Amino acid sequence: MNNILKLISFTGLALTLIPGALVLIGVIDNSLQYTLMLIGMVAWFSSAPFWMHSTSLDDN
Amino acid sequence: MSHDESQHTIVERLDALYEYDREPVAGKKLHGHKTFIAMFAGEHVAGTEFVLGPLMLAHGVTATDFLGGLLVGNLLAVLSWALLCAPVAVRTRLTIYWQLRKMCGPYITVAYSVFYAIVLCLLAGAMVNVSVTAVSLVFPGIQNPGPQDMFPSVPWMLLALVVGSVIAILAVLGFEKLAQFSKICAPWMALVFLSAGMAVLPMLDVHSFGEIWPAFKERIFTGEPLPGFSKYTFWHVMGFAWLCNATQHIGMSDVTIFRYARKWTSGFASAFGMYIGHFLAWIASAILCAAAMGNTTPGEIALLGAGVAGAVCVVIAGWTTANPTLYRAGLAIQVATPNWQRWKVTFAAGAFMVITACIPDVNRNLDRIVGFYGLFFMPLGACIFIDVWILPRLGMVSNYIEKTGKLLSWPALLAWIISFGFSFFMYAKDHYAWMNKLVAPWQPDWLAAIKVDLLFMVGPEWILAVSLYLFFSWLQQRRHPASTNS
Repeated sequence: MNNILKLISFTGLALTLIPGALVLIGVIDNSLQYTLMLIGMVAWFSSAPFWMHSTSLDDN
Repeated sequence: MSHDESQHTIVERLDALYEYDREPVAGKKLHGHKTFIAMFAGEHVAGTEFVLGPLMLAHGVTATDFLGGLLVGNLLAVLSWALLCAPVAVRTRLTIYWQLRKMCGPYITVAYSVFYAIVLCLLAGAMVNVSVTAVSLVFPGIQNPGPQDMFPSVPWMLLALVVGSVIAILAVLGFEKLAQFSKICAPWMALVFLSAGMAVLPMLDVHSFGEIWPAFKERIFTGEPLPGFSKYTFWHVMGFAWLCNATQHIGMSDVTIFRYARKWTSGFASAFGMYIGHFLAWIASAILCAAAMGNTTPGEIALLGAGVAGAVCVVIAGWTTANPTLYRAGLAIQVATPNWQRWKVTFAAGAFMVITACIPDVNRNLDRIVGFYGLFFMPLGACIFIDVWILPRLGMVSNYIEKTGKLLSWPALLAWIISFGFSFFMYAKDHYAWMNKLVAPWQPDWLAAIKVDLLFMVGPEWILAVSLYLFFSWLQQRRHPASTNS
């Protein structure tokens, strides 16, 4: 389950970063980039909180 | 209640507030490098990054000055964390509060807490302002304040009140979960900055990676300041990159964090915060500003670069940093409010935060405010460095105040006041009319010829502070050795 969640999260990050580069080299336009980044955001926030546990300094 | 009793109560209350971390961190609680890398990468991609990158652009830096200044300034910041702050933290394993308490006595520690709270409220207000510039995009009738506006419109202020109230309520309800949430946001926010920066480059006639550098030099960082902004050079950018977290590194407030480090080398983990947040994110936000024809409003430039994801990023970036900042401000103010509960204190700090958010000049001058903030607290960090490392090597005692039972370290107080006063004077004499009027009639030619910016004063002030503290400590301990008083 954790691996599936991580896959969704990293897909979300990829959908956040790559569209910007694709706009730069003229492969997609801004409106598609905005949509892909929105999907990336939803993917990240719907999966990352379930596996990404930050370490508090008071832990241990 | 007499004055002495009241003072005594404040000191006791302050001690009680920080009682839980009075003892040095035990060995089993120590962390390796990974924890600090995650922490720094998370904490330094914040709402203010949307303001500071565009501010550098507005000050007319050239591409070479901007990139070179950021590379060197951030390197100096990393070295300050790694070579000054982390070694002290690993040696003493105390929070900044207890470090100051033992070295300077309770009065200076109370003063430090109160001043720190005021600055934190200002910074939290700047972050609320950043968030509101994005929230307002949902309401077409509410315009963000323009470059010349003294105050925003009444509806914008009401929106700031709503956003500020939500932040204050969340800060009252709990800090830990919010801190965790901000760490989850950090990797995504960093990539939003990068992606948005790349996506607006075609608006600046850049259509391949190879065209980026020429565009940087000719169309983005033109070297021409916007109206009302002074000209910045390499030295300004370098000084600012070093100074903007000076309170944390050379000011030593991050000993509170690094006391958990297994080795002092964890200080180098700060590089992840500096080169992601204060290098890549500043460059990206400056590009966004250039693409938006000099518009420095965070919400609007993020919407341009990344659509809804960009606007959400601005809201989250402002919100996740304003929350812990407000929480810490509440904690610091609690010292001066005897019978107030935590929620009342946090709401009081929140009210100050909302007022600050409604003053656009705070964000327009955020580099100055952050500069003063760094220079103001830095001398005490310099004193800590001398107290921990140098005094024992010269046959003097560390933590003289604790060992002698005194309440005030006059060497630390004078070193603090004189060194900050020196920096302020050198800057103010040429930049504030009232100071210029006071100084101009008597200042000699050589003094008039020295014109320095606030951002150049990190090194001179640190050297002055360590020299003064060393000299005054020598005077104090020669007259009243610790052994005869303790």
